[in-house]
Amino acid sequence: MSTALQPLDVTALRKDFPLFARVLRGHPVVYLDSAVSGQMPLPVIERMAHYEREEHTNVHRGVSTLSQEATDHYEAAREKVRRFIGAGSAREIVWTRGTTEAINLVAQTFGRMMVKEGDEILLSAMEHHANIVPWQMLAQEKGAILKVIPMTDAGELILESLDELITDRTKIIGVAHVSNVLGTVNPVKEIIARAHAKGVPVLVDGAQAVPHLQVDMQDLDADFYVFSGHKLSGPTGIGVLYGKLAHLEAMPPWHGGGSMIRSVSWEKTTYMAAPGKFEAGTPAIAAAIGLGAAIDYITALGLDRIAAHEHDLLVYATGRLARIPGLRILGNARDKASVISFVVDGIHPHDMGSLLDGDGIVVRAGHHCAQPIMTRFNVPATTRASFAYFNTREEVDVLVSAVEKAIELFK
Amino acid sequence: MSDPRELYQQVILEHNRKPRNFGKLEPCTHHAEGHNPLCGDELDLTLVVENGLVQDIRFQGSGCAIDVASASLMTGAVKGKSVAEAKAMAEQFRGMVRGELEPGTQTPLLGKLTLFSGVKDLPSRVKCAVLPWATLHAALKGEAEASTE
Repeated sequence: MSTALQPLDVTALRKDFPLFARVLRGHPVVYLDSAVSGQMPLPVIERMAHYEREEHTNVHRGVSTLSQEATDHYEAAREKVRRFIGAGSAREIVWTRGTTEAINLVAQTFGRMMVKEGDEILLSAMEHHANIVPWQMLAQEKGAILKVIPMTDAGELILESLDELITDRTKIIGVAHVSNVLGTVNPVKEIIARAHAKGVPVLVDGAQAVPHLQVDMQDLDADFYVFSGHKLSGPTGIGVLYGKLAHLEAMPPWHGGGSMIRSVSWEKTTYMAAPGKFEAGTPAIAAAIGLGAAIDYITALGLDRIAAHEHDLLVYATGRLARIPGLRILGNARDKASVISFVVDGIHPHDMGSLLDGDGIVVRAGHHCAQPIMTRFNVPATTRASFAYFNTREEVDVLVSAVEKAIELFK
Repeated sequence: MSDPRELYQQVILEHNRKPRNFGKLEPCTHHAEGHNPLCGDELDLTLVVENGLVQDIRFQGSGCAIDVASASLMTGAVKGKSVAEAKAMAEQFRGMVRGELEPGTQTPLLGKLTLFSGVKDLPSRVKCAVLPWATLHAALKGEAEASTE
């Protein structure tokens, strides 16, 4: 038996975001840039402020009550992440500075261990630079080869050729769960199953996925799954590397220093078990606790209700924008998150971005750290509007009339 | 300037639509390529300089309206000028769009290029307006590349 979802009370939840009371260039702020960074609701900001005001110290240090308390909160946040993504053990959750650092960690430990000269690393055609450059650096170091899973003009991966692309030399596959430019939700479960059938591990870049859809590590069976706190209504400076425990245990440590060791002598150092061995130095404690609070906030709203709301905005905005003459939307995947990249004949996206900014509308204009996608679609850049649970149809209307006004000006 | 629309005046929009001196001079005496790595703007500038005078100048490339109009107006402004004058104009232009000129400073060399003075209120766009001038500066110094980063 299914019951209809109670829709989000957007009017009420918007009160959790002081930004929306601000006036930018004479206009109320219309924030359509959550794919760049999500906004933090007050409960997250206040939780972090509370830590800094009354609980601040270091973690995993000494015997003081304060340090124990901080450690408990910090580890509780790790447990919240574990539950949120359905990982089997909190030991599979490694804190990083963000998605980028998580991928670099995997490339420089697991990657270095697995990839030899002449081996292949397979990436999708719609990766963010964060899931290209670390692998390119590894390939250069090892004399390995990067191969690419192509995509259609609609922005969907062409998986017919996947079994041929995965060869005996393929050592790892990197794929975005959701494209930050095209919004495409990739069938990562299928890709992982087909890769595993050939014994190849898969890293999934989930930075743009976790804010929109429920992920479950048991169901996906990803070897590595990475994301950032700040796209999930949390702070910057914190991110997550999920790795299967067997991989994490087999991997060498990455950064050396305090916290990641069991014992140190001049002759020899022994390391902590995972995740500790990957967490050298003092971590971003308040940020980790803040990410835990963000997960609480998102969970309380309900990812199913968030997804339904965002899907409504996506359909509404797509319909309205697509009717504008000369406007072309990049990415028309059947399964798509609430991200719309577009170009307009005769108007460079940076001009569009500045003109929208003049109307208080925050969007991203540029190559979105995904230049190979720009090349694939033969555009220098795009304007991208991305919608979150706090956005409204009225804000879509503001965007549409501002785009029309810009087109009028450039006529 | 509270509204970026004020920058997008008809002259700038018109030069964006129909850029002047668009193309490539072959042969040329000076050549440089300008890049705006964060935006992806690219500019290819060729000049013929004889007897210390900019006899001819052309540009090609792709970029935003601010970049294209700036290149178009720049090529028109420096054609026929001495190299020394062109360099002085580049200095004044950069100072103007970066908001580095003392209040009340006259910019007699710039003429209608003062249209771009509003760019100083849009810090993210300063490099767009400056790219053609940085490329000109590089070309005149005999450097092959200019970057606004």
